[in-house]
Amino acid sequence: MKIKIMESPFNPWDEMQRYEKEVLDSLYAGQYGAATVFSGTMRDFNEGDGVTGMLLEHYPGMTDQYLGKISQEAAEQWDLLDTLIVHRVGLMMPNDPIVLVAAWSAHRGVAFEAARYLIEELKSRAPFWKKEQLLEGERWVANNTPA
Amino acid sequence: MIQVRFFASLREEMGREGAELEAVEASTIGEVWEKVAAGKERPANLLMAKNMDYSGPDTPVCDGDEVAFFPPVTGG
Repeated sequence: MKIKIMESPFNPWDEMQRYEKEVLDSLYAGQYGAATVFSGTMRDFNEGDGVTGMLLEHYPGMTDQYLGKISQEAAEQWDLLDTLIVHRVGLMMPNDPIVLVAAWSAHRGVAFEAARYLIEELKSRAPFWKKEQLLEGERWVANNTPA
Repeated sequence: MIQVRFFASLREEMGREGAELEAVEASTIGEVWEKVAAGKERPANLLMAKNMDYSGPDTPVCDGDEVAFFPPVTGG
């Protein structure tokens, strides 16, 4: 169960591969039949406007605590081997990865359900806020889009 | 002392990152808001946390607590 807050750009597929090699393969080689991933990337449009950049603010400490709580809840609810959450903060550009959640299990069903839980709970409970830079001016995102 | 923190759009509206209160000035999170908000009505969708756990306006506070106020979260 790993949480990472990144202040600079990251590659979700490199993060997946590194975590599998460094952790899963040493603890659970031959046991994880399923890995499910949600990768979120910054769009260059929102609510009909072009978006040129985005500042992602968070509440250091509470963010880690809630991502940890969410991961723990998933671990208690499903028969998982491990989970990984990586989230970007700071100033980012369109096409930059924002978030990665991944779940490993023996079988695909629980891995899919757990990854869905992790991203939906992250979006509704983890203290992050997005401020979009538009062609003219900037604005705070008021609400996340429905799933 | 009670440390008060504001985040995101609320920080900009308040014009400051936070505030400090003497513990005797407020006994609940709702009272903390009244002390630091300078008459601003509490937004209906305002979120509150005490020591980094989501809480409500009736949650008691005491010396050494950190209280945070912020708008709905939009991560992911």
